[in-house]
Amino acid sequence: MPLAIALVIMVVASVLFNIYTPWWFTPAASNWGQIDDAVNITLLITGVVFVIINLFLAYILVRFRHKPNQRAHFQAHNKKLEHWLIGVTSVAIIIMLAPGLWVYAEFVSPPKQATTIEVVGQQWRWSFRLPGEDNELGKSSVSRVSGTNPFGLDEADPKGQDDILIAGAQLHLPMDQPVKLLLRSLDVLHDFYVPQIRAKMDLVPGTVTSFWFTPTKLGQFEILCAELCGIGHYNMRGHIVVESKTQYAKWLASQPTFGQTMATEESIHPPPELVLSPVALLKMGQTLATTKGCLACHSVDGSRGIGPSWKNLFGKQEALEGGATVLVDKAFLSESIIDPNAKISQGFPPIMPAVALSPQELSALVRYIVSLSKSPQQVGK
Amino acid sequence: MSNAQAQIELANWQQSFQRRAQRTGLRVFMVVVSALFFLFTVAVITRSQYSDWQSLAEQPWQPLFDPWQLWLNTSTLIGSSLALQWARQSSAKGQYRSAAIAFWLAGGCALAFLFGQIWVWFTLASLGYVVGANPANSFFYVLTALHGLHLLGGLLVWSKIAVKLMHKTPLPQLSFSIELCSVYWHFLLVLWLLLFMLLTSSGETFNAIANFCGF
Amino acid sequence: MAYSDSHDAPKSFFYRYIWSQDHKVIAIQYSLTAIFMGLVGMLMSWFMRLQLGFPDEFDFVTPSAYYQFMTMHGMIMVIYLLTALFLGGFGNYLIPLMVGARDMVFPYLNMLSFWFYFLSVLVLMASFFVPGGPTGAGWTLYPPQAILPGTPGSDWGIITMLTSLVIFIVAATMGGLNYVTTVLQARTKGMTLMRMPLSVWGIFMASIMALLAFPALFVSGLMMLLDKTLGTSFFMPAIVSMGQQLDFEGGSPMLFQHLFWFFGHPEVYIVALPAFGIVSDLISVHARKNIFGYKMMVWSIVAIGAMSFVVWAHHMYVSGMNPYFGFFFATTTLIIAVPTAIKVYNWLLTLWRGDIHLTVPMLFAVGFISTFVIGGLTGLFLGNVIVDIPLSDTYFVVAHFHMVMGIAPIMVVFGGIYHWFPKISGRMYNEALGQMHFWITFVGTYLIYFPMHYIGFLGVPRRYYAYDNYDFIPPSVDDLNSFITVVAIVVGVSQLLLIYNLARSTFKGEKADANPWQATSLEWQTPTTPPGHGNWGPEQPKVYRWAYDFSVPGAKHDFIPQNIPNEDVPLAQEGQPLKGIDT
Repeated sequence: MPLAIALVIMVVASVLFNIYTPWWFTPAASNWGQIDDAVNITLLITGVVFVIINLFLAYILVRFRHKPNQRAHFQAHNKKLEHWLIGVTSVAIIIMLAPGLWVYAEFVSPPKQATTIEVVGQQWRWSFRLPGEDNELGKSSVSRVSGTNPFGLDEADPKGQDDILIAGAQLHLPMDQPVKLLLRSLDVLHDFYVPQIRAKMDLVPGTVTSFWFTPTKLGQFEILCAELCGIGHYNMRGHIVVESKTQYAKWLASQPTFGQTMATEESIHPPPELVLSPVALLKMGQTLATTKGCLACHSVDGSRGIGPSWKNLFGKQEALEGGATVLVDKAFLSESIIDPNAKISQGFPPIMPAVALSPQELSALVRYIVSLSKSPQQVGK
Repeated sequence: MSNAQAQIELANWQQSFQRRAQRTGLRVFMVVVSALFFLFTVAVITRSQYSDWQSLAEQPWQPLFDPWQLWLNTSTLIGSSLALQWARQSSAKGQYRSAAIAFWLAGGCALAFLFGQIWVWFTLASLGYVVGANPANSFFYVLTALHGLHLLGGLLVWSKIAVKLMHKTPLPQLSFSIELCSVYWHFLLVLWLLLFMLLTSSGETFNAIANFCGF
Repeated sequence: MAYSDSHDAPKSFFYRYIWSQDHKVIAIQYSLTAIFMGLVGMLMSWFMRLQLGFPDEFDFVTPSAYYQFMTMHGMIMVIYLLTALFLGGFGNYLIPLMVGARDMVFPYLNMLSFWFYFLSVLVLMASFFVPGGPTGAGWTLYPPQAILPGTPGSDWGIITMLTSLVIFIVAATMGGLNYVTTVLQARTKGMTLMRMPLSVWGIFMASIMALLAFPALFVSGLMMLLDKTLGTSFFMPAIVSMGQQLDFEGGSPMLFQHLFWFFGHPEVYIVALPAFGIVSDLISVHARKNIFGYKMMVWSIVAIGAMSFVVWAHHMYVSGMNPYFGFFFATTTLIIAVPTAIKVYNWLLTLWRGDIHLTVPMLFAVGFISTFVIGGLTGLFLGNVIVDIPLSDTYFVVAHFHMVMGIAPIMVVFGGIYHWFPKISGRMYNEALGQMHFWITFVGTYLIYFPMHYIGFLGVPRRYYAYDNYDFIPPSVDDLNSFITVVAIVVGVSQLLLIYNLARSTFKGEKADANPWQATSLEWQTPTTPPGHGNWGPEQPKVYRWAYDFSVPGAKHDFIPQNIPNEDVPLAQEGQPLKGIDT
């Protein structure tokens, strides 16, 4: 009896929970909102089955509980009933599957007018590349990836010269324009996932995968990585910003092309005369923290990440692996960026990649880290 | 039925029960080994379709283009199977001496095969075809190693029977084990022939198989 | 036909209980080891839940450690607990007894299979102590990350894990050979395949599947081990890792996924099918009713087992594989739902018009039905390719597989342990503790996993160490996580009730009858309880009927054991014949 009651309570609670739950799909911001319909059909059918079976089970437990001097009924099978049940189940399965496959057929067929954008994933950050004026992406290869050529593009390929590179993890998209994302990974499996878009797809190193969607709502939406990619998986973040066509055009115009970044290599190493104001340097440092992926592992608010938090780091006595302690001054910060495995903070894994920065960028980044300490002390080198 | 007769009948029944079980066990095991090598074959064919694949047998300068060492090993293994078949037939006829000779010969040939395979490994390695250099190399080493390990397992069972032969155990007690041994041996021979064909295939052959299978 | 043992009963403690070839001893060795591993796996999950429920409060759960706990939790539970317990534990104990054999057909090999399992456990546990700690690559061990420095334990950790798995596969193969051959060859006179209890069918089918599926894990594991140790490029494409160009080239991570899931999907049915079989027997015995649709139950076990080999890529819908595969695998996956649904209907129809005794085994059997229904239904979401796309890698998947692989089969494990405990130990367990154990487990696991589906709908991703400052995740999710953690710890602690109950009852429990549940299958008809060496005494039983002659009209008692011929069945009324079915 208590078990039957428990089952009934469970059914009622589950149904109520389903109606009043605060957790449901985010409002869809793409054409794949139609997946929600397939989900709802499935939920309805499975929900009905769930309720019927559990209530039936509860009823059986009460009606046929053991009573003295009563016996079970002996019945080995009932062909008619069995066939009927198989029939009904098959029909229900088909009702769930058919609409799903219908929508899936659309999913695997990107429309001809879809624009192409490349998403580049690596441990643990996103970057993007657009094909530029010629509407074609230039050749790329993992073997060409370097500090000055982070996208690994082939400099000899003319098609790549006008490719627009977006190093930070924020991609803008024009509303109502179908887009096909080409997904490329430089190292391990990742997965590009925006909950409001509904669609997602793995990035597979060694090959290019893709999926398409049409953004249908304005706004800013979070990108998450949805395939375990190592220790920084949970912090591999970005945003897509869906905006009007005019705003998008404005944003696009302000992004550098590959040709420009290569041509202005000198700007990466500016001549000594070009002195930036402290405020500009600080801003540069803050931007670098995002575009170089530092924030995937180092927090700025003190919360624990894969690497030591930058909050109040400068000026601290930091314990190292092996027992020594060291004062975190500007020299230490610089060294930690260019040669991260020289000294390892205690309790943290030795997995930080060396980051290629110009002297000015390095000083900007260090300045930013220093600014996150309560009372920045010395003015080092 | 007298007590003694009942005892004998019981012993016979027990023996035939155990034999049926061993025969079934061997068959199931052979299915498992086949599944293992089948899956490896699928892996080889899939991997062969990637751009960096270099078959070891396509061009005249490649080591397996004229794989005379592998042919030698193959004939040793065939010899081993033939010898074991001879041993099986002799022991069924009660011919102790020829069964024993054949059985020892079979073991010797199998050992020669294994040494021959290791010899091929050293040859390949000395030519620079080390295990990590190219997927075709890697598969060559892995598949020949696994096949060799299974043969080694068979040799362990073989040695148990050989010891009994040395102690002049009567043939009727051994002929069933020799029979099972020969079945396993023939199985490993067929497996080797298939692997041999696979590992010395040209790139074209791989492509043809892959296309046929749909990938 | 009389049968004397091919070997005498061992005399010394060492040969009776340690280096033993007796299937019953081996079964208990497997079970104790598996349960111990289950406790380790549960501890791992507690550490994960501490971080999820109370982020940053527990210093020792660093991101590195979190992923290591997560990986070990998954691998231990799926392989070292569930597979080992169902096949090595239940399989070893029940198969010979239920088919009327004296032991497995290859007792020495059987013993070796346990010790290889034990060795694989030692190697796995060693990974906690190697430099770098255990692997944190997720139980699915996907390359390339599994062997690259960005993942914890990517040196010795992954090597020990893969080595342990290879050893386990050898053990499973040895065991599988035994179970399959014993069922095919060693059934006693009169025990046809269609008279075997469903417990045997479930374990038998699972063993066949294990023999065919584990080679795929072996292949993929060996190739990954070589990629790691010898620098081969089976699965490793060209990679820039941490700013360094690596030496690999041309390999395919997707090849690993295909091989892994070709193993991985049958694996989950290797866990589920024995549960299906055992629960059929639990329900039948404790409701005093024949299983409804026995033939269909057998055929559905076979069909599910066979079909489980053609659905694997439903784990790979968003893997980047050829998208057209999605159509095929969605179809086969939803088709497999049909024989599974038939089983659920038949369990309910068995209970219908039954004489239901709510013993502790029956409570767990009912718990199984309820939780399996939810777990199976959510599988329909994930099997339907387009619906899977938003739900993949979210907590919906986590909730689904815990319900259907974790909770439901564990309900059967518990039900089975309580059910057969009197036979194994000769004593009865404590009823009150058993009831308490059931209620806390059933209600608790429901509270943990039901709401979890909904944060999956929301889009909360799985395998995340933390969820800081996401716009789309409201703070209520953090509250839910804290709630789930607390309930999980309570449920976990309550498992001690089972351990205590078993331990105490083994030594101080009330002595049990030989057949306290008045069941029909052969294991309850042994001349001694617990069964002695050789199980049956001087003569093996003969079988005259199927395993489900419960409440046969015309019979005096509501059960007829399989080894009683018709002429010996006590009748309700003299002269009135039995109205059973002809089996």
